[in-house]
Amino acid sequence: MTRYLLLLGFISAGLLSTGCARKTLSEPAPKAGAYGSALVESSGGKQVAAVGTILPQPVVVQVNDQQGNAVPGAPVAFSGPAGVTLDPVSGVTDSSGQFATNVSLGEMAGRYQITAKTVNKAQKRVELKLEEIALGYQQVLGWQLNDQYCDRCHNSESTPERVSNYDNLEVKPHPFGEGGTLNKMGDSELTAIINHGGPALNKSPLMPPYGYTLSKTEIQALISYIRAISDPPYKTPGLVYAKN
Amino acid sequence: MGLTSKFVSFWQQLFGDSVRAFGTVSLVLLISLAIAPAKNHFSEWRHYQKQYLKMIRGRGEAVTLQRHFQGDIQQVWLPELGVVDRCTTCHVGLKEASLVDVSTQPFRKHPVIPHSLDQFGCVMCHRGQGPATTVQEAHRSTLAWEQPVLPAKYIESSCGQCHRWELTGTPTLNEGRHLLTANGCVHCHTVKLPDGTTMKATDDPPSLSHIADKTSREWIFAWLKDPKAYAATATMPNFKFNDDEARDISAFLIANSTPVTGDTVGLNAKAAPDPSAGASLYGESFCASCHAVQNTAGNLVGGNVGPELTRVGSKVKPTWLQAWLRNPDTYDPETAMPHYRFNDQQVVTLAGFLQAKSDSDLLANVHLDPSTPEQIAHGKHLVTDYGCASCHEISGIKKPENFAPDLSRIGSKAVNQLIFSQGMPHTLPDYIAGKIRDPRASSPGLKMPQYTFSPAQIDSLTTALLSLNERSHSLPPALTVAGTPDSNYQPAGKAGKLMRDLACFSCHRINGHGGDMAPDLSWEGSSVQRQWLIDFLKNPNTLRPALIRRMPRFNLTDAEINELTDYIMTVYQSPAVDRDSMPLTGFSPTQVEQGRQLFYSKYACQSCHIVDPKNDKGYIGPTLTQVGSRLSSAWVYHWMKNPQALRPGTTDPNRNMSDDDARALTAFLMNQKGSAEAKKK
Repeated sequence: MTRYLLLLGFISAGLLSTGCARKTLSEPAPKAGAYGSALVESSGGKQVAAVGTILPQPVVVQVNDQQGNAVPGAPVAFSGPAGVTLDPVSGVTDSSGQFATNVSLGEMAGRYQITAKTVNKAQKRVELKLEEIALGYQQVLGWQLNDQYCDRCHNSESTPERVSNYDNLEVKPHPFGEGGTLNKMGDSELTAIINHGGPALNKSPLMPPYGYTLSKTEIQALISYIRAISDPPYKTPGLVYAKN
Repeated sequence: MGLTSKFVSFWQQLFGDSVRAFGTVSLVLLISLAIAPAKNHFSEWRHYQKQYLKMIRGRGEAVTLQRHFQGDIQQVWLPELGVVDRCTTCHVGLKEASLVDVSTQPFRKHPVIPHSLDQFGCVMCHRGQGPATTVQEAHRSTLAWEQPVLPAKYIESSCGQCHRWELTGTPTLNEGRHLLTANGCVHCHTVKLPDGTTMKATDDPPSLSHIADKTSREWIFAWLKDPKAYAATATMPNFKFNDDEARDISAFLIANSTPVTGDTVGLNAKAAPDPSAGASLYGESFCASCHAVQNTAGNLVGGNVGPELTRVGSKVKPTWLQAWLRNPDTYDPETAMPHYRFNDQQVVTLAGFLQAKSDSDLLANVHLDPSTPEQIAHGKHLVTDYGCASCHEISGIKKPENFAPDLSRIGSKAVNQLIFSQGMPHTLPDYIAGKIRDPRASSPGLKMPQYTFSPAQIDSLTTALLSLNERSHSLPPALTVAGTPDSNYQPAGKAGKLMRDLACFSCHRINGHGGDMAPDLSWEGSSVQRQWLIDFLKNPNTLRPALIRRMPRFNLTDAEINELTDYIMTVYQSPAVDRDSMPLTGFSPTQVEQGRQLFYSKYACQSCHIVDPKNDKGYIGPTLTQVGSRLSSAWVYHWMKNPQALRPGTTDPNRNMSDDDARALTAFLMNQKGSAEAKKK
């Protein structure tokens, strides 16, 4: 009996405490004076960061009305899976109809879905889902190697500090996000291309071999990074069992 | 009355006679004996182990997982590291590669890391209480235990316990360590590293002993009030001085300043009549390699070696600027700024251009009455009180020792020794991050100034500080991975003096000393041909057209160029490459042709290099149209054999080339002498 009482006590205490915690965590959205009918992404989706760290850019969404014009003063609230922190969690859109939040991803490597919400005039919920990618240690290592050795050719985007070589190449390299192609290639195939270069596998000679430059661990790290940022996401093949 | 009689009868029922008493006592004994096993049976970890077994039952590889599973309490015991970790009791699947899809804790597979869990245990990296066997005690700090589990965003701090140097794969830690030294944190805070050395600041705050030559009291006042208002890139933090304090400090600094002979000499020369001449001289001299200027869109364009120049005209005195451009060493012999050999007209033109970069709003509201002796005395008091001399040289004021708390072991500071401000979670990482974010939050009387770090930078700094802990000091020396600290290399003789005058080391690294903006020159003498070096120093044209930051022209005299060239060609030799072991010319046409084919087909070098400007497009690597006049053939040959050996980290991969291929490619490349017209240019 006492056991049950104790249990009951614990459960109610637990409920109480979580209830309290909830209250402090999600502040009620500030009162809004305007309503939109659509929520669109301005910037900040599909970013990559190490687990637990803040995404390099804030996530910015915009509330639009039916004509597609920005709506200032509309309420926006963000939410994400466990481990994600959002700063601020909610608020109202600024004069250009936008609302920004800084996002830190959780402790597990993988994809995180961030949901932005607003309400329309009919008090119906309008949602927008964004995806962000968290990298574990191995993938961070791969990310760094990518920056040093691969990015100049495999990324078509140029920055003032780093001009891309993509456009200069007759046979275009696959950007690493290109899951449609790269997901079909197994880890051993990717390893072979990085190790021996294009020609050894009857592919473009513009891809040089890196097997004498990068270690086995580094190549594994690079592949884990390529898999992590792949779009559509890469699914690990299940275990293969020998059959009689 | 009734109660007493009830109790008496109850007592009689239990202990009425010896048999009853014996029976009752035995029962009580039995029950009490069962308490311990029952506690064990219902323990948290058994519950998790049962859950795990239930989970794996449905999986394809259940048999393997079942075989790996060992019940009971598991323990990693590493006496030399002080590790007793029972985490694997509940975290059963840490080493099971096939559990990669499992996301529920505590059964997740450990992500791939370079270390073995058996060799290092868990708390070395994650902190927490290794010997504990309940979730609460292992992960959180309780009354009995003080070490909560480290949040993932700070996890790289644990790498820093052993890895004392920059490490690929720990960008946050690297950034944090860089910020600690580059923002001058270690000017005030002593950080003794476990290897016995002291962390040194890499920023170079200017001396204030002669500041009256350089700028006005009004500017000092505005700067003290808010350094960011003058330059967005200012590294000096905001001390939140009020108007009176800023007035008195500026009064003291001006009164305390002594003149330097020759640093404020105005020139008689006239600026070039063309108003755009200053801008082109600024561009031609590649000032932007080191200095940034905010463009109209609000973006900073340029490097960060020197100060931002967006509003420099509101700061410096015209005569000082002219003298500085003529020879910066007069004012500051230690400056990172090279001594350009500008003629007087160039100096006046460039100075005029820079002076025009001003912001009338900056000093518009600053009106200071002449200072009084009381104000000066109070200013001196404030300068001492706020430890200005920790960073700046100020004549008459000694650099204070241990001005701020020592941070050598901040990463294991006990939570009960910290003063938390309101609303702050009571953990060490939260304290450190909060302190950096708002240094004076816990008490308004504190002196630590306000920095403007981004949230990501605060996390990096916290990571670096958490790595400075007791464990890092007590690790077995065999485990620590030391780095190579910057050497104090200084070139000798007349050439050495010239190199310091030109501030070569601000950008180039030689024998482990210097910057990283430009190529390492330690083996330059083995690499290049003498005549090319002479021509390059006369007129440095870039090898990499895609780069913004470039080598400026210093307007050197022929004698200076010869001095430098002789020194570089003789002293900066690689032990592996003998420049004279291969001829520069005389390769057979067959060999050259063979090299051409290798270049374009087998090795596809054109993807990154240009030999034929009409057809080749690659520009990651240097342009090779004149490589035969630039590099020594021995260097080219050795580069073909293993580029990483000559320049570690270069993008150019090692092809494991045969000697014949390397020789043929060398022949082809050495044949690229550039067209006659190109040479004339």
